Amino acid sequence: MTEPYVILIGLEVHVQLLTRSKLFCGCSTRFGAPPNTQTCPVCIGMPGSLPVINRQAVQLALRTAVALNCTIPRSTKWDRKQYFYPDLPKGYQISQYDLPLSHCGWLEISDPKGAFASKRVGITRAHLEEDAGKSMHDEAVGRADSRIDLNRAGTPLLEIVSEPDLRSPAEAKCYLTELKLLLGYLGVSDCNMQEGSLRVDANINLHVGTADGPVPTPIVEVKNMNSFRAVERALSYEAERQWRLWQELGVRLGEPGGHKTTRGWDEGRQATYEQRAKEESSDYRYFPDPDLLPVVLPEETVESVRASLGELPAALRARLETGYGITPYDADVLVNQGRALVDYYLAVADACGDGKTACNWIQQGVLRWLNDRQTTIDAYPVPATEFAALLKAVLAGELTTSRGREVLAEMIDHGETVEQAMKRLGIERVDEAELETLCRRLLEANPKIVAQVQAGKEKAVGSLIGQAKKHNPNADPGRVKDICLKLIAGM
Amino acid sequence: MISLLDHTATILLRQLQAGALSAVELAQAYMDQIDRCDGTVKAFLHIHADSVLEQAERIDRKRAAGQPVGRLAGLPVAVKDLLCQEGQLTTCASHMLGNFHPPYDATAIRKLKEADAVLLGRTNLDEFAMGGSTENSAFQKTTNPWDPQRIPGGSSGGSAACVAARMAPLAVGTDTGGSIRCPAALCGVTGLKPSYGRVSRFGLVAFASSLDQIGPIAQTAEDCALLLEVLAGHDPNDSTSVNRPVPAYSLAVRRPLVGLRLGLVREHFGEGLDGEVEQAVREAIRVYESLGATVAEVSLPHSRYAVATYYIIASCEASANLARYDGAHYGYRTKEPAMLDELKHQRKQLHEAGDSAGLEALDSALIRMYRCSRSEGFGLEVKRRVMLGTYALSAGYYDAYYLKALKVRRLIHRDFQEAFKGVDLIVGPVTPTPAYKLGEKADDPLAMYLFDLYTASTNLAGLPGIAVPCGFSTGRLPIGLHLQAPPFEDERLLRAATMFQQATDWHTAAP
Ligand SMILES: [Zn+2]
Repeated sequence: MTEPYVILIGLEVHVQLLTRSKLFCGCSTRFGAPPNTQTCPVCIGMPGSLPVINRQAVQLALRTAVALNCTIPRSTKWDRKQYFYPDLPKGYQISQYDLPLSHCGWLEISDPKGAFASKRVGITRAHLEEDAGKSMHDEAVGRADSRIDLNRAGTPLLEIVSEPDLRSPAEAKCYLTELKLLLGYLGVSDCNMQEGSLRVDANINLHVGTADGPVPTPIVEVKNMNSFRAVERALSYEAERQWRLWQELGVRLGEPGGHKTTRGWDEGRQATYEQRAKEESSDYRYFPDPDLLPVVLPEETVESVRASLGELPAALRARLETGYGITPYDADVLVNQGRALVDYYLAVADACGDGKTACNWIQQGVLRWLNDRQTTIDAYPVPATEFAALLKAVLAGELTTSRGREVLAEMIDHGETVEQAMKRLGIERVDEAELETLCRRLLEANPKIVAQVQAGKEKAVGSLIGQAKKHNPNADPGRVKDICLKLIAGM
Repeated sequence: MISLLDHTATILLRQLQAGALSAVELAQAYMDQIDRCDGTVKAFLHIHADSVLEQAERIDRKRAAGQPVGRLAGLPVAVKDLLCQEGQLTTCASHMLGNFHPPYDATAIRKLKEADAVLLGRTNLDEFAMGGSTENSAFQKTTNPWDPQRIPGGSSGGSAACVAARMAPLAVGTDTGGSIRCPAALCGVTGLKPSYGRVSRFGLVAFASSLDQIGPIAQTAEDCALLLEVLAGHDPNDSTSVNRPVPAYSLAVRRPLVGLRLGLVREHFGEGLDGEVEQAVREAIRVYESLGATVAEVSLPHSRYAVATYYIIASCEASANLARYDGAHYGYRTKEPAMLDELKHQRKQLHEAGDSAGLEALDSALIRMYRCSRSEGFGLEVKRRVMLGTYALSAGYYDAYYLKALKVRRLIHRDFQEAFKGVDLIVGPVTPTPAYKLGEKADDPLAMYLFDLYTASTNLAGLPGIAVPCGFSTGRLPIGLHLQAPPFEDERLLRAATMFQQATDWHTAAP
């Protein structure tokens, strides 16, 4: 069945870069300090103060832009974006207008469950700008006082604008997840949506199929979404709303009543609502900031940034699939946990020599544990070397999978090595010759079972396994079965 | 006998160093002179009356104790009220900042303090440095010490007038399109606009960031060299300040230039130039010739666009730089209860009239607060330029005005590069006429703007320029000679000016 319309979504993501100080002054960027304690004449726009560019911010922005496959111009400049608002102390925001730090890149997204084909999402541009302060409106007792906190004013933001290449809310969510993952791997942002270090605005409209070809509906910018799930839901809601509206009114983009509008997402009502246009005109009167020199980005700088990127999620997934023999789904699960977990996995897999087993055990033994406790791999009590030792014992048949799990639980609870945990559980390694002697004795004592097996009833061997475990609790049932069958066959 | 106050800063400094004069004596002499003269001249907006003698005493004690002292130790300096000084009222001659006490020192102020200068007080200016007569001050009109009926020039009118009236041996001004050189010329003192980037702008309240530069005003070029030496230098807080070593200007200044080649700008000796000014300038050029200089005519073909280009660029930058004065964070804010009452009244009227379009268009309280604070806090000239700049940067006009102006600016710059291929300095008049009467051009901003005809292009090209006294009109009004050098040849300029001052005595005349 073909849809009656195609959804076009483009995302604007603002990420706060992990610099120690603000974009144009030395103030701290730490979150959560008392209001207006992290300010200075520069970031509160005192008369006479001047901005000085934070090199680290440029470096982090450059890392991101290169990782997003962007074109980096030889030099980039700063522009003033002018508007009046109480949280904007200079009356303009220092941003980048017509010569951004980077443009024309892409980010590949794919769904391991195959909900959509993997694709490259175009990145229109990624540029640096300073954040504004925060307005807190206090509308108590008939007064409408506002308080302004300028701690955030001047914090470095990287604005990453995508092309309208996303075709579904699910793709939009996937793009955000992949972008966040990438930023984490690059170490450029902590992407904490709750603290506002990652913010998403979305532009969405439909191309409705008609006899005259596809017709675009008016573009809506959706704001106030504070989780990726909220983005997905808001976009689904908006697509349906626009489709309904098209069917009722049939207004196309650019026609009277078809101009771009802004809507907010109401999490409580699970609906978007029309936001009053901030200012009638959006003429920001951009012009180059005369207080700042253009930043020169020589080829060598860009190349050295490229060389220092390290292995990024896409490449890492490919390496796990081909080099460690795990499925794309499993590779995705591991890589999405972040580099630290992947490093743990790699250490375990390399030491035990079996990527698949390592992957299964880590998903069940580690990820579940981390998930239950909402923590990260550095809090996991078993070092990779010990985890690998456990898997080796399992792979060598010295432990059954279920016994192995018990051992792992002991290792976690008591911080023990494999040896110590096995001892505590009374597990001893059973040597092959000893096991064979035991099996021989059991066969001699149970001629009926031998006869049944010889008559083709292999299952009969099962009762011998139970008896073997009584004699020696460490006996591996699989081995006992194998040895008994072998001995019977040789009788 | 020559009075203490007629000495140059260089000589006073020597006397202070020799112990022949104490900083307290000197400061007291200037405070007395301020008492005598400033009632008429009105050069100062505020005088640091309670701290001047204290500062001087501290320096005398240091010197007496044999402690190392700064480069200007004990020399009084007056500062244009446009540079932030920690804890001191810094008004920019605007009601907008009528009660503004900055929490920090401008780099230039810090350097003056480190040099052990005695900060005398803050001098008057055109509001936010916008104007050429100092008549646009929100607080007072400074008069020309040579004729109290006339303007001192501007915008650093207070700084130039206080040096001319011997109320300070040294003063700091700022120059965006001629604001140091024009008042220096009209008041008969020496004023240097350094190369762009030579002096840090950090803490200088911005008018037009790409043009503003802080510079010295004094009796002689030698004194200017002394003050520039203290002010100049790279500042990590100002990205546009240049990281080049600061020459020992005050040591170099007395070394004459051999084989000096002067360029006379053809376009600057045409229509609009007062005959007496032209005569004085031509006479000054003959002095140079008598000192061995050669003179050639040069052309700056785009100089006739300089004023228009300057007013577009400066106004565009100003419109953004002054956006921060919105009443929200500091400075003037409209009386809110009255404002809210009026808004309520208007809403009620519109409501009763059933005027829904009017209601829709009515300001929010925030917008009305901005509107009232800015229209009440700024003076007429400032508002004119903010409007001009806002217009020129608006969608649809940007290319025709701002972008075009940037292109012409580049052409003007190239004109100078071409001209400096054949000459060492460019010489001409500073202003088209001597000082005009107070109020004479108040209703004709265009005539006032044209007063920047010879000086604005220096800023557009980032060059250093100096105004040197070179004669008097028949009405005994000072006339200034304008010298310009290639970027960062400030030393050449100071040496050339000193050559002239060693051969003439225009700079020694006092009103
Ligand atoms: Zn700051």
